[in-house]
Amino acid sequence: MITSVAWRNIWRNPVRSGIIITAISIGMFAGVFSATFTKGWMNQRLEAGVETETSHIQLHEPTYRENYEINQFIRQGVQLADQLSALPEVDGVSPRVTIQSMIASAETGTGVKIMGIIPEKEKQVTKLSQFVTEGDYFESISRNPIIIGKKLAEKLKIKLKSKVVITLQDADGNITGGAFRVCGIFDLTNSMFEEANVFVRYNDLARLGMLPEGVAHEIIVHLNDQKKLESVTQELRAKYPELEVMNWKELTPELGYLNEIGNLYTYIFVIIILLSLGFGIINTMLMVVMERVKELGMLMAIGMGRLRVFLMLMLETTLLTLTGGLIGIVLGLGASFALQEKGINLSNWAQGLEDFGYSAIIYPVVETQMVLVIILLVILTGIIASVYPARKALKYNPAEAIRTE
Amino acid sequence: MTIISINNLFKTYKDSEIEVHAVNGIDLSIDEGEFTAIVGPSGSGKTTLLNMLGGLDQPSSGTIRIDQTELAQLKSSQLIDFRMKNIGFVFQSYNLIPVLTAKENVEFVMHLQGRPKKEREERTMQLLEAVGLKGRENSRPAKLSGGQQQRVAVARALASKPRFVLADEPTANLDSKSTENLLNIMEELNRQEKITFIFSTHDQRVVNKAHRVITLEDGKIINDNRKNS
Ligand SMILES: Nc1ncnc2c1ncn2[C@@H]1O[C@H](COP(=O)(O)OP(=O)(O)O)[C@@H](O)[C@H]1O
Ligand SMILES: [Mg+2]
Repeated sequence: MITSVAWRNIWRNPVRSGIIITAISIGMFAGVFSATFTKGWMNQRLEAGVETETSHIQLHEPTYRENYEINQFIRQGVQLADQLSALPEVDGVSPRVTIQSMIASAETGTGVKIMGIIPEKEKQVTKLSQFVTEGDYFESISRNPIIIGKKLAEKLKIKLKSKVVITLQDADGNITGGAFRVCGIFDLTNSMFEEANVFVRYNDLARLGMLPEGVAHEIIVHLNDQKKLESVTQELRAKYPELEVMNWKELTPELGYLNEIGNLYTYIFVIIILLSLGFGIINTMLMVVMERVKELGMLMAIGMGRLRVFLMLMLETTLLTLTGGLIGIVLGLGASFALQEKGINLSNWAQGLEDFGYSAIIYPVVETQMVLVIILLVILTGIIASVYPARKALKYNPAEAIRTE
Repeated sequence: MTIISINNLFKTYKDSEIEVHAVNGIDLSIDEGEFTAIVGPSGSGKTTLLNMLGGLDQPSSGTIRIDQTELAQLKSSQLIDFRMKNIGFVFQSYNLIPVLTAKENVEFVMHLQGRPKKEREERTMQLLEAVGLKGRENSRPAKLSGGQQQRVAVARALASKPRFVLADEPTANLDSKSTENLLNIMEELNRQEKITFIFSTHDQRVVNKAHRVITLEDGKIINDNRKNS
């Protein structure tokens, strides 16, 4: 009954209530939409990072990452990779040899990290093959094929089928070089990665680098479930104490924090919106209480206790807030779902994004937990905003309240 | 049988320096079944007296006893409960909850008391019929005339079967036809259901209907006149 009175009271002044509900709706629309937008953006960055660059877990010889010295390899790397792929949590393992080297076209040259991969195995751990937009993935060229990034191709002013020369220091310390032909060009969102990494076949690079048979500098492990990241990392660490085992959160800590920073940003944004809306709500409800002093006096006289009057006003405030909040949240979710397919294209406004590994088309992501937290914050705002006006109403005793003009 | 006994009652308001003795030493007792008017010019203390009788305001000194209960002894939560069970109120205006229909307004107090739905509905319909508003039960106050609203208020006041009904100038905003109508209904309820009514007024036609007329002046009773009818 009290709830019903509270709800109907909201609509006694439809214009006033409508204005505050609209304000809350707009605020919450902005809050929810920015939440799903940020979430989508962060997720895309994470996925790009994990699925195309680091994969889930990497194993190295412990000192390898200090200066990427060619002789710091895992001796039975290829064999170890095969063993690892038998683990139930693992759905792909790729052994790589990687050497810092110079790449040169007819025009110019630059330093790159050259990765020798076994194409079929690499396919299982990173999505590189899917991002080859020109040419193909180690198919059309049989002798010394190389796959390079689009940005690097632009920098070296080379095209598909162009010849490039790789110069490096082999395992014996001699400078050596080999000619490779561009087989495919990959296009990722991360231009820095495109520019600094090239891929060749494992055997071609091992031969050129005079490496012993079956070694690997990196073993890249892909899991079938991201949730098992920590447990598998621990398991491998225990199993191979002589190797360095690191997961992507440790390898690229900035990516690991991204998610948390994104959430934090969203909540702060929503709280700021709600805070300013809260003052509007308090103002509206104060007007309501002032207008209804006589009526509140009557209610207290006929047997509604102070607590019930307080509760009724609190309910009215909370319902008002929740109405606006839910409209805004539904609209925000609606817009997010509507744009989930097509995405939001930012390339007109933010051309530099791709250089940092952020894609220019954002696909909003709706996370249930976040929506629930936002709803909770809205309810909390309603309750907090209701306290002051409701307390004002309790200052009167019924006799005074009825007498007021 | 005496329901209300008032002993040496005072109410003094202090507005800055000036003291106003709104009720200035009243002794009074009211019996079950009375139909009593409290009359007197504006400012004579009618409202102040009724508010204290209804437990809405505290006396400065003196006692009010209702049946065996002394109002001043009740804690504020007990007082609310006591009011709800024993006293029906009809005010001059703002009697009804505007967002509720006539029926819901009458039911409201029974709701607060947690009465079962069946009982609530039966009593509500019976009361609305008694005040001549059968057929208007689903109208909101704004759709009712002033007289009809006051009749709903009377029905509402009776909903919890109170010991008596206090009505402070219930006809002040009504035209003469509605006034007569409301008074007839109250008198009827008094005669048939033995409901005790105490109402204030400064309208002579209303005074004429009363069975007992208590006249106030400057917070004192100057005349207490029982008619035999
Ligand atoms: N809250 C108050 N503060 C100060 N004076 C008051 C207050 N309420 C009533 N009075 C004074 O008490 C006197 C009696 O008022 P009231 O009981 O309203 O008389 P009536 O109802 O007969 O018109 C008046 O002089 C009025 O001004
Ligand atoms: Mg008065």
